[in-house]
Amino acid sequence: MAVTRFAAINIGSYELMLKIYELTSRKKVRVLNNIRYVMELGRETYTEQKISFETIEKMCDVLEGFTKIFEEYQIHDYEAYATSGIREAENAEIILDRIKVRTGLNVKIISNSEQRLLAYKALTMYPEEFEAFSKGNTAIVDVGAGSIQISILDKKNIASTQNIKIGSMRIRELLLNLSENMSHFDILLDELINNDLQTFKRMFIKDKAIDNIIATGEQITLFTKNKDTGEFNRLMTTEDFMGRYKMLGSKSHAEIARELQVTREQATILIPCARIYGRFIEVVGSKKLWVPGTDICDGIAMDYGIRKKKVSGKYDFNADILNEVRGISKRYKGNSAHIQFIKEIALQIFDETKKIHGLSGKERLLLELAAMLHDCGKYISIHDAAECSYHIIMATEIIGLSHREREMLAEIVKYNTVKMPAGMNLTVIKLTAILRVANALDRSHKQKMSDCRLELKGRELMIHTKTKEDITLEKGLFVDKAEFFEEVYGIKPVIKQKKFLH
Amino acid sequence: MNDRYTNRELSWLDFNYRILSEARDKTNPLFERLKFLSITSSNLDEFFMVRVASLKDMVHADFNKKDIAGMTPKEQISAILDETHEFVNLQYSTYNRSLIPALKNEGFIVIDKHEALNGEQKKYVDQYFDENIYPVLTPMAVDSSRPFPLIRNKSLNIAALLEEKEELREKVENRKKERENKEKENKEKDGKKEENKKEKKPVLEFATVQVPAVLPRVVTIPSEEEGQTTVILLEEIIERHIDKLFMNYKVVCAHPYRVMRNADLTIDEDDAEDLLKEIEKQLKKRQWGEAIRLEIEDKVDKRLLGILKEELGVNDNDIFFINGPLDFTFFMKLYGMDGFQKLKAPKFVPQPNPAIHPEEDIFAQISRGDILLHHPYQTFDPVVDFVKQAARDPKVLAIKQTLYRVSGHSPIIASLAQAAENGKQVSVLVELKARFDEENNINWAKMLEKAGCHVIYGLKGLKTHSKITLVVRSEEDGIKRYVHLATGNYNDSTAKLYTDMGLFTCKQAVGEDATAVFNMLSGYSEPAGWNKLALAPLWLRDKFEHLIRREIHAAQEGKEAFIVAKMNSLCDREIIDLLYEASAAGVKVDLIIRGICCLKAGVEGLSENISVRSIVGNFLEHSRIFYFHNRGYEEIYMGSADWMPRNLDKRVEILFPVEDEKLKAEVIHILNIQLADTLKAHVMKADGSYEKLDKRGKTALSSQDYFCKEAKERAAALKNNEIQHTFIPMSERNGI
Repeated sequence: MAVTRFAAINIGSYELMLKIYELTSRKKVRVLNNIRYVMELGRETYTEQKISFETIEKMCDVLEGFTKIFEEYQIHDYEAYATSGIREAENAEIILDRIKVRTGLNVKIISNSEQRLLAYKALTMYPEEFEAFSKGNTAIVDVGAGSIQISILDKKNIASTQNIKIGSMRIRELLLNLSENMSHFDILLDELINNDLQTFKRMFIKDKAIDNIIATGEQITLFTKNKDTGEFNRLMTTEDFMGRYKMLGSKSHAEIARELQVTREQATILIPCARIYGRFIEVVGSKKLWVPGTDICDGIAMDYGIRKKKVSGKYDFNADILNEVRGISKRYKGNSAHIQFIKEIALQIFDETKKIHGLSGKERLLLELAAMLHDCGKYISIHDAAECSYHIIMATEIIGLSHREREMLAEIVKYNTVKMPAGMNLTVIKLTAILRVANALDRSHKQKMSDCRLELKGRELMIHTKTKEDITLEKGLFVDKAEFFEEVYGIKPVIKQKKFLH
Repeated sequence: MNDRYTNRELSWLDFNYRILSEARDKTNPLFERLKFLSITSSNLDEFFMVRVASLKDMVHADFNKKDIAGMTPKEQISAILDETHEFVNLQYSTYNRSLIPALKNEGFIVIDKHEALNGEQKKYVDQYFDENIYPVLTPMAVDSSRPFPLIRNKSLNIAALLEEKEELREKVENRKKERENKEKENKEKDGKKEENKKEKKPVLEFATVQVPAVLPRVVTIPSEEEGQTTVILLEEIIERHIDKLFMNYKVVCAHPYRVMRNADLTIDEDDAEDLLKEIEKQLKKRQWGEAIRLEIEDKVDKRLLGILKEELGVNDNDIFFINGPLDFTFFMKLYGMDGFQKLKAPKFVPQPNPAIHPEEDIFAQISRGDILLHHPYQTFDPVVDFVKQAARDPKVLAIKQTLYRVSGHSPIIASLAQAAENGKQVSVLVELKARFDEENNINWAKMLEKAGCHVIYGLKGLKTHSKITLVVRSEEDGIKRYVHLATGNYNDSTAKLYTDMGLFTCKQAVGEDATAVFNMLSGYSEPAGWNKLALAPLWLRDKFEHLIRREIHAAQEGKEAFIVAKMNSLCDREIIDLLYEASAAGVKVDLIIRGICCLKAGVEGLSENISVRSIVGNFLEHSRIFYFHNRGYEEIYMGSADWMPRNLDKRVEILFPVEDEKLKAEVIHILNIQLADTLKAHVMKADGSYEKLDKRGKTALSSQDYFCKEAKERAAALKNNEIQHTFIPMSERNGI
């Protein structure tokens, strides 16, 4: 039986994590080793905006230890990611270089949305529970050290997601010095997060009833442990959870640590974490809770497994991104018929010219998203729609896109209508060229050419249409866009309207 | 006396009494009795060095926290000393009245007073002194220019009072007189002073010499009669020749003595936390090297004793007057002498484990099912082989092991080094803080590092007491882990003397836990939870509490409920209280506790359902086994932890379940035999004292002997079976 071993490293803001996985041809993923080292990088990054030399060296020591464990399992394939603890540090590049030099590890910094996508992908390690919990309205709540991510699943896919920059470590830093008294702590915490939670509810949940909550991250699993048997109660009612939550009552840290069988240090992180979940449940209300105990490394492993076809990749994560963007488009009152038309045409052009642009699936997705958001800025200003669209996209979290991808998306949308400055990224140029052509074909927003068919013929991209409508406007304004397209691809788009005898 | 708890030190002294009772037991072979006496002596030394020293530290720090029995450190020291004086008296009366005459009967003469030597023996001894002893002696005199030397902890010494010899003094004085006469004319006033000097008594000087530890304490000398063996103790030979060491002096008296010091490098872990804080608070330094016990010959010269007392700063109660040779540990040497087989218990050779075929691949055997090991009745070899095979098995990726105390030439260490050389990832956790073994541990830790092993030194502030080995193997279906868990150390020498249990398993759940254990020991975070194992310090106490409470609940519901627990010591207050609660609820609790037990058993209204017995035999009872009835779904656990605060709160300990039904039955059988022991079991009475069972009407049973016999029988049965197999002709087998 073919067995592959894979290692995932995550440099988080609270701890360094290494997990070793075994992937077998039976499409099973088994965790062979789960190693964590508490190193609160976030503490330095969040307050000093950089990480000290001493800490970097200490981190390298631990990572060096990780590479020893690689040898133990004869690991050849690995992925190492870093999140906000390093991402938000001014000296991030230097840190990555130091890690490379000292340990040989290639560490990639990922954006919050990529990180959250991985946390989300991790859920597919438990397909049955995931299936059961993604029916109906489900909130995925991921309380990290630095921030909280709340995503709402609506018919299986992510409908919206929001990041609140208050995590368990940030809260601890803010509050624990202020108060040892738990009931007091509760009030302070309320003041800190309640506002954000209420806003989130008003904006994204509205009157929708949330049926399920998925609480990801490993910290919270400690909260579900049966002290006597040592077993985890991964599926529970929110009532159960609140029962436990209320039991924290006015206990001291030491008592809670004993109660939860953790060290006092762990307790200082765990308590705010549990409080956030408790508060969330109180605000949104819901019945069932799943605490899968998965983490970002599991997501990295699932991602690897799907790419290498070691695990069944039947779950389509692009659908989540599209669903999210559909939600954003809706929020900004996008013209759905127009969008639908442009999207289809743009993708047709993309597919037809594949050999010429040489771009892949991820770029195709970007084009699709750009089409969906191409006019969102009009919600704010018709006059300055391009600039507004750009800002809306840059300010909106889209789980699954890296920061750079989101930036590219914003640029494509922006330069769809305004002049592109020199020196833009080539992919952005290529995709913008397609979007411009597609957009021009529905200048009147009437989808006159909804029947059009594309054909690449020599150096011309023929756009056939049998429409009986008057497309003078489209044809007239098309020339300009076609020129840009030709400049980029060396191919000229030509509209061919079938002549009808009147 | 406290009604609920016994002071742990006094309970420990009780344990030493039980060992002494074995030395007094005439049914034991004579040399075994000597060995038991020797053990009481070395035990007492360790007890003083660690426990009494620690109590003294507390007194110095004005630390008045009362112990479980409500005694202050001062009260404890006083009670310990009173008890120890009695104990020592009993030790020496056992020696003088019972053992020495018994030895003489067997033709074995111990000369512990050199005055008893005959002419021929004297000649032999004198020559021996000149040739062997004299060159290595370093006598030290004390006067105003030479301060009192540091007497090494536990060393045996001879103290002497010296007086300058007449002739020498005369010479000196004559010279003085001459000088003085010359001066007399000028200084008439000094006349009175001179008279004073003349009247003054001779000055006595103190001198001491260490009995060299490099020479054998016991020297065999010619016997008076044929067939006899005669030995003399080294200090007696030196005492006989003590005047040779101080040529110009007259030796007024000479007596062997021995000092015990507070010499432990660290404060005893049992008290550490509170005490350290207290000392820091008071900014008082510990009195390093303070003398805490002085042993000296009982007919000691008062003047000499006065000097020693003052110089060492000991109280009257710290002084033990000894009627016989100091430091009985030399009996261990006597035991090791060739011959005298009939005076010793027949030597038991650990038997092959019936579940393990030494020729076959150990991993394949473990894969067929969990394997239980019972040492020393069954050989420790499979454990050594486990590591040895792992070292050369090409499929093995990594070996991880905790080492606490290992033997001098440990085959396990050799295998680990070999494995590293074979390219395996070898991680070894070495506990440097293992009491009295620090130096030894550092040495082989260095050796392992040299061989390429990854040596880790455990967690700060926590002694790693758990005994676990993990072998990671890359097999067809992926990674498979093989684990050995035990109640005793990876020490092939003590595995022949200590009764311990071990378990081989390759269950995935245990393998995952074992991996997490080593992650934790390497300094990585604790896992969120465990599948099968329970670990101290974070989880073990809760686990025990849960297991005991479950029995209490069952009893409260009127169901059968019982606990059988075997361990070395029980002094954890929370657990004791819980057991009292269990007793009150009707849970039957049978405890087999070798040493300290602060719980009171069979006390009406407190613990009538609890029994405590202590088995003291030729092997040192060491295994920890916990058996819970659990409403008929019996659960059995074994591990490295006693029910002591240090094990539950300050050490890394592992408790592991025995889940295979057959193995469970075997462990229950082992416990039942121990509960049925009528010969070597001492049962605690309601007043806290121990008494051997009244054997009348009961089958005489020594559990240790029983297990020896059983192990032999099982091994023999296995061998016979094999032979049968070997000799069945092929034709018969095939039914032709």
